[in-house]
Amino acid sequence: MVLVHVVVTVLLGAGVFFILVGSIGLLRLPDFYTRLHATGKCDTLGGGLVILGAAIYHLFQYPETLLVPAKLAFLIFFIFIANPTATHAIMKAAFKTGVEPWRLGEERR
Amino acid sequence: MRLGERAFGILLTFGIMGVFWILLSGIFDTFHLISGLVCCAIVSIISHDLLVKGKSEKKLQKSLRLLIYIPWELWQIVLANIDVAYRVLHPKMPIDPLIIEFETTLRGDFSLATLANSITLTPGTITILVEPERGKFWVHAIAKEPAEALLADQTMQKKVAHVFMET
Repeated sequence: MVLVHVVVTVLLGAGVFFILVGSIGLLRLPDFYTRLHATGKCDTLGGGLVILGAAIYHLFQYPETLLVPAKLAFLIFFIFIANPTATHAIMKAAFKTGVEPWRLGEERR
Repeated sequence: MRLGERAFGILLTFGIMGVFWILLSGIFDTFHLISGLVCCAIVSIISHDLLVKGKSEKKLQKSLRLLIYIPWELWQIVLANIDVAYRVLHPKMPIDPLIIEFETTLRGDFSLATLANSITLTPGTITILVEPERGKFWVHAIAKEPAEALLADQTMQKKVAHVFMET
């Protein structure tokens, strides 16, 4: 049981760390496209790790309801498909409407 | 042969949707099971071609190759996140964004979507535009090294082409 708690804590901690990094990147990076790099990647893995931690915790704490971890696993699957697709869609919309990419040495926007 | 493919598509769609229904409902009495299976049957007869499209040959082999590809892709996602964390938390922010273009040999909808999503999730690159007719990709890279990694050795393009057998 202690081992499960350690694993779950590590997963949740790593997930929260990556979501935090994504948020910091959203604030620090200079323009639209580079900000999407931070949010698009970190939210995918961060959210996935948090949900994985919750699923493992539930699996060992309440083994009589196996459907909940199964549903959480589906959530991870859909996040990993939907998140890059959404990031790509936002990127494409910005590119087609003519948002200029930031180059090295310019002012941050 | 045409009929066999159709039946295969309907059966596969029905199977996937049935499993999904049972998992999500979580109620195992007769009424819920039968109503679920009837709904699955209707939907899979009407719209099975949305999920299972084209030739059914080598589908099993492609699925197996996709299963081998996914763990590698997950590892790449972890590397991508560490890369973003390094660039964001570094005091000087080592970024030098640029947009690159390249063409691939891929033409299928599913393989192009897989490659586009894989590029978005791997270190330092996001797909901007895909042109299916020529298999052309526009990619935004956050620095020079990830762009060169994508252009020079083309590991990812080769892996996706290998999975979907479109060399």
